[in-house]
Amino acid sequence: MLEIKNLKKSYAEPDGGELPILDIPAWKVESGEQVVVVGSSGCGKTTLLHITAGILRPTSGHVFIDGWDIPLLTEAERDVFRAKRIGYVFQTFNLLQAFSALQNVLIGMTFSGKHDKNRARHLLERVGLAHRLHHKPSQLSVGEQQRVSVARALANSPKLVLADEPTANVDVGNQQQVIDMLRETCKEENVALILVTHAPDVAGQFDRVDHLPEINLVLKQKTTHSHHK
Amino acid sequence: MRLWQIALNSIRYRSLSSVLTAFSMSLGVALVVSVIVIHNVISDSFNRSAQGYDLIIGPKGSALEVVLSTVFYLKAPVGTVPREFLDELETGKYSNAVEHAIPVTIGHHYRMCPVIGTSQDFFTKLEFMGGKKYVFTEGRNFETDAHYEAVVGARAKIKGGLKLGDEFRPADLGDYSDAANDQEDHSPFKVVGFLGATGTPNDNAIFVNINGFYGMHDIPVPEDGTSGEDGTEEDEDHDHDFSAILVMTKQVSAGSKLTTEDLLSGNIPDAEQMNRMRPDLAAMALPALIDKTGDAQAVSPSKEITFLFDNMIGNVQVVLIMLAVLVIVVAGIGMMVSIYNTMNERRQEIAIMRALGARRTTVMAIILLESILLSLGGGILGVLIGHGLIGIINPWISAYTGIVVELWKFQWSELILIPGLVILASVTGYLPAVVAYKQDVASSLKP
Repeated sequence: MLEIKNLKKSYAEPDGGELPILDIPAWKVESGEQVVVVGSSGCGKTTLLHITAGILRPTSGHVFIDGWDIPLLTEAERDVFRAKRIGYVFQTFNLLQAFSALQNVLIGMTFSGKHDKNRARHLLERVGLAHRLHHKPSQLSVGEQQRVSVARALANSPKLVLADEPTANVDVGNQQQVIDMLRETCKEENVALILVTHAPDVAGQFDRVDHLPEINLVLKQKTTHSHHK
Repeated sequence: MRLWQIALNSIRYRSLSSVLTAFSMSLGVALVVSVIVIHNVISDSFNRSAQGYDLIIGPKGSALEVVLSTVFYLKAPVGTVPREFLDELETGKYSNAVEHAIPVTIGHHYRMCPVIGTSQDFFTKLEFMGGKKYVFTEGRNFETDAHYEAVVGARAKIKGGLKLGDEFRPADLGDYSDAANDQEDHSPFKVVGFLGATGTPNDNAIFVNINGFYGMHDIPVPEDGTSGEDGTEEDEDHDHDFSAILVMTKQVSAGSKLTTEDLLSGNIPDAEQMNRMRPDLAAMALPALIDKTGDAQAVSPSKEITFLFDNMIGNVQVVLIMLAVLVIVVAGIGMMVSIYNTMNERRQEIAIMRALGARRTTVMAIILLESILLSLGGGILGVLIGHGLIGIINPWISAYTGIVVELWKFQWSELILIPGLVILASVTGYLPAVVAYKQDVASSLKP
C-alpha cells in the first residue's frame, strides 16, 4: 500500500550547507495495517508524514501509494491525491474555527469533489458527536475536537490515515478514547493507519511499532556518532 | 460545501470587519444609485414635462428661456406673443398644420406656486407621460364662461393650503411679500378642481381661466373668450397677448419628402401653399414659417430640454458619478486592505485547507469569492441605502422642483453595478488571493 524507497529529505541552511532530516532506504506499510512510528521530538516524524501526504516534496527518492509515486506528481496532482486518498489527524486538531463540526467534515469532502452529508453525519455519530453536529470548534472540548478531526480524516474514504501525535493535546481522560476510536474506525473502513508518537503507552497498544531512529539513517548515524564520542 | 459557502462562512466568522467593509462599499454604491436614479427621474421628468405638444410659439429671444418659463415655470416670460398667432394657428393660415393650440399666460404666483392663465383645453387636449390624460381628483375643470375659476395642481394644493371653494388672489411674480396675496385689487379666483399628480412641474402650478387672468389687470375680456378682436385700441390688443402658445402639430408620416435642407435652402412655403399641402408636411414647415414672421419663434421643447440636459445637468451628473465611483474605488481599496490584513491570521486556516487537499487555485478562488461576496453584499445594501436616501430627500426635491421621485423606481442602469462590483472585487481581492496562493503549507501548518 505504502512503499518508501531511498527517501531523502534535507533543508537548506543559512550558511549554504544542507541539514539532512530523513534518509530512509526502505519502509513499507500494508493495506489496512496499523503502524505506530515512535521517535523523540524533532526526529523528523512530521516531515515523514508531510512527505507521505504530498505536502512536502522529498529531496530525492520514491514514495509509492497504491502504485503512484507521489514525488513525481505535480503539486496540483498531489493536492487531489491527498484529498481523495489520504486522511490526516493533527496533534493540534487543526479544525477550521469558522465552521461547525459537520461543516469541518464536509469541507474535507469539498476538496475531493464529494458532498455526502449523510456520510459526514454518520462519521460524526460514529465518533459520538451526534449531538454536536452544529457546534463550532470553540464550543467543543479538546477530546471532542479531536474526534471531529478523526471523522474529517475518514470523510473521503481514504486508503491511508496519517495521525501526528493525536493525543498530545488531549487530556489524559480522553487520550485512550481517541486512540480507540481512531483504530476502530480505521479498521471498520479498512484504512491503513500510520500513527506517530513519542508516548510509550500509546505505542504499546500497536502490534507493529517502528522506531524512527532505526529506519532513518540520519538518526542512526547521529546515534552512532554520539556513541563513538 | 460549495466554495461560495466556505467564503460566506469565513465572512460571517469575521462579522464585524465584514460588516464594516461591506458598509463602506455600500456608501459608494448608495451615492452612485442616488445619482443614477435622480438623473434618470429628472431626465424622465424633464422630457415628460413637455408632452402633449411639440412646439411652443414663444416670444423672440432665447429659446431656452421660453422653455424654462413655459414648461418649467422657472423664469418670468421673456416677452409676449401677439394673440393673432392663436387665431392663425386655430383657424387661419397655419391651421392646416395644427392639431390644437393652447394659449398660456405666466407672470403670477400664489404662495410661491406659479399661476398660469390658460384655456380649459389644457386639461382635455394635452397629455403627459406618453398619453396619460389629466385627472381631476376633486371637483372639475374650469368653465370658459366662469372667468374666475381655478384648477390646482397636486402639490400646489398642499403648498397653497387650498380646498374646493376657496378663493385666492394671485400676486405678481417678484412680489413674494407676506401681503402679496392679500391685495384686493381684483376679483378672487375660486378653486373648482384639483388635479391628480403628474410628476411634472404642473403639479406645482395653479391654472386659472385666461379670461380671469386678463380681468386681474382690468383688461376687458373679449366676448369669445379667446380672441382680442373686440379690443379697439392697439394697447388693449397688446394686453391680450400671451406668454406662449402650446402647439400640437399634425403627425408627420413616414413618407414625407420635405427635408430640413429644403427648409434651410429657402424652400419655405407661404401660407397659401401650406393650406394646399398635406397637413404633416405643413407641420414640418410651420416652425420656419413662424420664425419668418419676426414677431415670434417656434421652439421645439424636446430639443431645448435635450440641450439643457446634455450641456448643463448632464455634466453635473458626470462629475457626481465620477465622485461616487471614486468613493467605491476607495471602498474597494479599503476592502483589499481589510482582507489583506486578515491573511496573516488566516495562514493556519489556509494551510489546513491545503492539507485537506485544496489546491492553490482553490484557496485563491475562496479569497476572491469572499471579496466578491462582500462587494455584492455592500452593493445590495448600497442600493437599499441609495433608494432610502432618495425616499428621505424626495419631499424636499418634490417641494422645490415639482419633480416626484419614486422611491423604488429601479433604473436599468443600476444593473451595471453588478458586473462593475464583481470586477472591482476581483481586482481588489487579487492581492490577498495571491498571498493565499503563494502560502507555503508545511511551514504554516501547526503539527
